[in-house]
Amino acid sequence: MNVGKRKRGYHVVPAFRNGDHRHHGVPGLLFLFFFYATLPLQAAKIGDVVQTDLAEQAIRFFTFKDPSLRYALLGSLLLGISCGLLGSFIVVRKIALMGDALSHAVLPGVAAGFLWNSTKDPLAIFVGATLAGLLGTLVVTWIKQTTKLKEDAALGMVLASFFAVGICLITMIQKRPTGHKSGVDKFLFGQAAALSQQDIILMLVTTLLSIAIISILYKGFLVASFDAGFARAIGFPVKALHHLLMLLLAFSIVVALQAVGVVLVSAMLITPAAAAYLLTDRMHRMLVLSALFGMFAGAVGAFLSFWGNNMPTGPFMVMGASAVFMCAFLFSPRHGIVIRSRRHQNRTRRIQRENMLKSIYRVLEDRDFKDEGVSLTELAQARREPIEDTQKYVADLVRLDDLTLGENDNLIYFTPASYQHACIIVRNHRLWELYLTNEAHYAADHVHEDAEKIEHILGEETVRLLEKKLRHPRLDPHGKPIPGIKDVADMTPAINRPGDRAATGCGERRL
Amino acid sequence: MASSTMNHVTTFIPPFDFHQVFIQPWTDYGTTFVWVAIMGFLVTTACGVIGNYLVLRRMSLVGDAISHSVLPGMAIAFFFTRSLASWPMFIGALGAGIVTTLIIEVIHTKSRVKQDSAIGITFSTLFAFGVILIVAFADKVHLDQECVLYGEINFIPLYPFTRIGDAAIAPEPVFVMGIVTLFAITLIMLFYKELLVSSFDPGLATSIGLNPHLIHYGLMCLLSVVVVSAFESVGAILVIAMLILPAATAYLLSHRLPVMMGLTIVHALLSSLVGLHLGIWLNSSIAASMVVAGASLFVLAWWFNPDQGLLWRLFKKRLDPIYAGERDPT
Repeated sequence: MNVGKRKRGYHVVPAFRNGDHRHHGVPGLLFLFFFYATLPLQAAKIGDVVQTDLAEQAIRFFTFKDPSLRYALLGSLLLGISCGLLGSFIVVRKIALMGDALSHAVLPGVAAGFLWNSTKDPLAIFVGATLAGLLGTLVVTWIKQTTKLKEDAALGMVLASFFAVGICLITMIQKRPTGHKSGVDKFLFGQAAALSQQDIILMLVTTLLSIAIISILYKGFLVASFDAGFARAIGFPVKALHHLLMLLLAFSIVVALQAVGVVLVSAMLITPAAAAYLLTDRMHRMLVLSALFGMFAGAVGAFLSFWGNNMPTGPFMVMGASAVFMCAFLFSPRHGIVIRSRRHQNRTRRIQRENMLKSIYRVLEDRDFKDEGVSLTELAQARREPIEDTQKYVADLVRLDDLTLGENDNLIYFTPASYQHACIIVRNHRLWELYLTNEAHYAADHVHEDAEKIEHILGEETVRLLEKKLRHPRLDPHGKPIPGIKDVADMTPAINRPGDRAATGCGERRL
Repeated sequence: MASSTMNHVTTFIPPFDFHQVFIQPWTDYGTTFVWVAIMGFLVTTACGVIGNYLVLRRMSLVGDAISHSVLPGMAIAFFFTRSLASWPMFIGALGAGIVTTLIIEVIHTKSRVKQDSAIGITFSTLFAFGVILIVAFADKVHLDQECVLYGEINFIPLYPFTRIGDAAIAPEPVFVMGIVTLFAITLIMLFYKELLVSSFDPGLATSIGLNPHLIHYGLMCLLSVVVVSAFESVGAILVIAMLILPAATAYLLSHRLPVMMGLTIVHALLSSLVGLHLGIWLNSSIAASMVVAGASLFVLAWWFNPDQGLLWRLFKKRLDPIYAGERDPT
């Protein structure tokens, strides 16, 4: 049934030509799809779609019994490496969509390669695709240089026009008597299982070539990617390097074509590299990571495609790569948004806590530490906020064992550790104020705001330096006593909660 | 080898027969090719009119992204409603368009990944997801994956006709596309001033009280609707050409937006007609042929336009040594 429909689909134009109207009852392909899609869905058995034993398929995959499977996996890994490496360069150069344009532009070359002798000759396709891809990049540059059109329009036009030429050629090939067996359609979405030994050898050679060229010319590529002006100034042939990069890019796209397909190759270039970009700041590490991610995505794609009975490989690889990117985007230790927002949250909480301890210290200081308990009203007044807010913050700190409550919950007391912490914060604050007035010659009434911020991040070492520089001062610019090292050190027990570490000098990045 | 190759090439390109290519389609097949031509014209016009703004705002590649990512929107809309009606499709596509725009923005504002990479990642992921949905759930159905890429404009005349009262108006997709085209043109005429100002001078637009985000998202929604209605006839990738090519050609030929709009429609008309005949002659996909025709028109404008065409410049350079150093006379 499927075969019959496919044939009809392709032969519709000749049918019109012969005046044969047997397709009158055949609605559009999309319509067909949607109409028939209702049938299996009414049965609503997803299991039906993949009838063969999934476990058995998985075992077959992991034992590598199938030679075609071995090729598919090897090919996917190779394409992961070459795409990951080259993709890193286009991502850092901000020409990621050049990869997209290039990957669509190779299509007419693929078709021409087929046409060369009507078989799937890997070498002919390779040459044709590379030439078409390079022509595409040249046309983009040419349009940009000679018209007022901007890069985005030039890329979009080349991408779609070359693709259209390719589609014209492919539909023409498919309508020839030998067309159906050609497998040229596999180039659109990719089918790793269709890789032959010849393909693998070609992929291996190209990947090794890319690796060799990149490692030999690594310094040149690096400088030209990040600072083209500087590279030119110190005598690197920047233009030649750019064209070489485009050539390698075309190679890696052509290598990946059969497994991922024309449409989604660009994802294999951009996505692993972008994920690696989020994880490291060093180019060589980015190259390695990106290649690893590419290999992972390739293997995932090959596996899922095999598992689901030879579904197209490309989309699965892309989903694998996107999953990696998503993880990096959310959880990358430095740039991940979840990690960053948690870091931010922790920092806000710590600053809030330290500010509260500081206010209590100030209230106590104002009455020369006569009574140890501070009432809620006093504290709220000192902090100039509604008493409900103060109550809430205090309750939080009590829960954290930073404060204790006494006498019907009316009075607030420090614990030894939190008193020490408060001393440290006040000391940081006042030392910094003094430093600004004495050493940086700020006016005494301008230093408070700055000290409010810096008090939370001054480490123990910096504080020691400040003290030394200021010759162990006793009073801040406003005449208030600075809690000395003795006040801090005499207190027992010693600080041991992780939350306190920042103020003592180590691990300020941790919270 | 060489002779066999020559043989391939000569048999590959069918002989050109004027009667068969240019006369027969209009005389022998009833209204079939009329509808194909009208559909091509409508699609290219609607896309081209919006494309003008994409090119001017340097957002061509956002158009690229949205044209890919309407696919999962359509698939999901279908799986929820199980109907082919246009409305669920439009809503799915609108949702997909907005989601795409949002994801691109989130990725490039919340991380250090640049906008171009963000576009590439977003649309390829969504497109892959759409393909997987279609293949996984519709495998027995046999959907040509290729159809997703380049559409089947040839099937357009075979759809049931939309009827109003007793009169059959047009095949359903043509009818819907006609309404969408009218809708797009009307909206653009209504908001002409706002679009003009915000495209050329976003700063001024903000200072006179327009909301650039609203305009941006509005344009993206309109784009999604046009793309989804063009989808089944030209597919996800050729639609990019129809968005950018007419506008880029017009941009080379004129400095004024109203003239550009007019030229876009002329480009649409020419490319759909030439493309139709090219497709019939070469026996290839008609939608792709229309794009090839459109691309040829662009090349003509690029090389031969009287103002800054490549050839002209070459001439002027020879004749006028002062002009030689000057790239942009405006």
